Amino acid sequence: MIRLNPKYIPLLATAVVLVAVFTTGSLLYPNFGTPRVFVNLLNDNAFVGVAAIGESFVILSGGIDLSVGSMVAFVGILIARLLQAGCDPFLAMGIALCAGTFAGAIMGCLIHFFEMPPFLVTLAGLFCLRGLGFVIYPESIGIDHPFYGEVLPQLSILVAPKAVLPFTAMCFLASVLIGTFIASFTRFGRNVYAIGSNENSARLMGLPIGQTKIITYALAGFFSAFGGVVATFYMQSGNPASFGGLELDAIASVVIGGTLLTGGVGFIPGTLMGVLILGLIQTLISFNGTLNSWWTKIVIGVLLLIFIVLQKLISRRAVTQL
Amino acid sequence: MIDWLSDLAFWIVFAGILFALRRQRIFWTVGALALLLFFNQFFTPGFFHLQVLDGHLYGSRIDVLNQGAKVMLLSLGMVLVIATGGVDLSVGAVMAIAAAVSSRLLVTQHQPPGVAIAVALAISVLAGAWNGLLVAGFGIQPIVATLVLMVAGRGIAQLITEGQIINFLDPTMVYLGNGHLFGLPFTLTLVVVMLLLAHFLVRRTALGLFIESVGDNDEASRYSGINAKQVKFLVYTFSGLCAGLAGLVACSNIKSADANNIGLYLELDAILAVVVGGTSLQGGRFYLVGAVIGGLFIQTLTTTFYAKNVSSDIAPVPKALVIIAVCLLQSEVFRTRATRILGPLQKLLNPISPSLHRQQPTIARHDSPEP
Repeated sequence: MIRLNPKYIPLLATAVVLVAVFTTGSLLYPNFGTPRVFVNLLNDNAFVGVAAIGESFVILSGGIDLSVGSMVAFVGILIARLLQAGCDPFLAMGIALCAGTFAGAIMGCLIHFFEMPPFLVTLAGLFCLRGLGFVIYPESIGIDHPFYGEVLPQLSILVAPKAVLPFTAMCFLASVLIGTFIASFTRFGRNVYAIGSNENSARLMGLPIGQTKIITYALAGFFSAFGGVVATFYMQSGNPASFGGLELDAIASVVIGGTLLTGGVGFIPGTLMGVLILGLIQTLISFNGTLNSWWTKIVIGVLLLIFIVLQKLISRRAVTQL
Repeated sequence: MIDWLSDLAFWIVFAGILFALRRQRIFWTVGALALLLFFNQFFTPGFFHLQVLDGHLYGSRIDVLNQGAKVMLLSLGMVLVIATGGVDLSVGAVMAIAAAVSSRLLVTQHQPPGVAIAVALAISVLAGAWNGLLVAGFGIQPIVATLVLMVAGRGIAQLITEGQIINFLDPTMVYLGNGHLFGLPFTLTLVVVMLLLAHFLVRRTALGLFIESVGDNDEASRYSGINAKQVKFLVYTFSGLCAGLAGLVACSNIKSADANNIGLYLELDAILAVVVGGTSLQGGRFYLVGAVIGGLFIQTLTTTFYAKNVSSDIAPVPKALVIIAVCLLQSEVFRTRATRILGPLQKLLNPISPSLHRQQPTIARHDSPEP
């Protein structure tokens, strides 16, 4: 019998839950298991997913980023306002991505240089970005740029009959690939895992703690901002009041995706699965039609609980094995 | 003329309090509050205006006390949780549950207000105990353990209200958040009673010492015979009770239970109040009165924004800057660097002896993985 490395167990559990939820849906509703539903799932959750990739890096490094939702809303209104002012869409996106990365880097610097708790610093980031969004423009702005209206809908691939993979979903999948590459195949990624496992030993090993931490938060800022860009593709508008509580969805996706909240253990594809599980639950509840939408929150809470207890059991077993 | 005199009396008393506290940690919190009030004295016309209507006091400062009651109640529970090295993110959701339960019992089930309040508080205590069970019983990281209820709690509250906003007019429930006692808002009495209760529990018994030792070093306190799990369980339960009370006050204020919005983001305000009150997020030494004054500070800040016509949407930006400033002041590294620059000024600025700072752990943090 193959002995399974304990670090793969959460990932396996996530995969089992994903398959179970999808199978349940397919058995209950005849149209659930179609490629079209799956493509819609990717499309509807693209911006959450992209933001969750950034959150995964922060959680892997042992920190937490609460500013995700505000960042997505801030970037959305920034792009919408720039386009309204006649800016080129690519320039607007570039500015937004730079702003997001910069904000993330500032938070990383505060956390590293002044040893402030990530929880508080990113909380301040949450407030700050939310307010700045309202400073840019206090109301929702629709985007009617030709790039959004005419070019974007053409950037889609027919993956199966009646199932078109839209550009947002492609952005999401590309982010997963890039994230997986950074986390698993680069020196920076290994440093993130090392810091998340044990910061003191990482320091004693001579790893660049500060540099890695700051880049981690900058990367999270970049992915959140990219999530904001994807959200503008999806919503065709920017609204500074939107996406409150998105950070909780992102954190929940990461945890359900099998990443340990204490840091150091987890995989980016797990986050993809976590996002899909959350999306599937929402789809299931909307397919049912009679269940109220707030059941979603309760189910997500229960799933979170199960995964957290599971993680605890695994880490306890890992300790006793040592 | 009367206003002018009462203002002067207010400031003399305030200065006296500040002077008496000059060697205490909460001096900084009270000082920050004084600065904010001082700003309002000169730049916000009418902020200091007090008037008596039907034997009750009215004015911006009274409003601050009344509106700040929720955050002050929450911060009382939160400060004990933070002192054990944890954090309770679920208080906002527990507020929503308490509001939902009480108004549902009152309006749909036609129960007397006493029963509604008692059941709502009992369920809040249960919610707190659930958090305590996860943190103490299963040993789950507090941020994560309370995140579960934070996410699920609002859903549960909405389930209880069936997604409706329940309005009520019951005089007892309305009194809770809008009534007056001794000319002052009843909520103030509630805060004072809870503060005295908490103070008695932690300062007149050994519990406070236990909480501080658990927050300082979980393992060491266990070896010295303290039941760390029991202490943790207790503080989360107490935080649940405080959140329940705050939830009742919140729904009474607006005479309705809105499961979506009651207590939204209030957990963040409560944490901020505790931090402003001088308690470190790393746990250990805590300041009960400081947390309450921290809550008052935050409410004064919010009321100042309203008075200055700052849009409530933009208000988070200065709030964020305050958080960063307070955290910087608490940061060991920042203090050391500031000391080097300010040098001789340091002794004058910092009334606490430097030896006290050195005792604080610099490497171990509550969010760092267990070695």
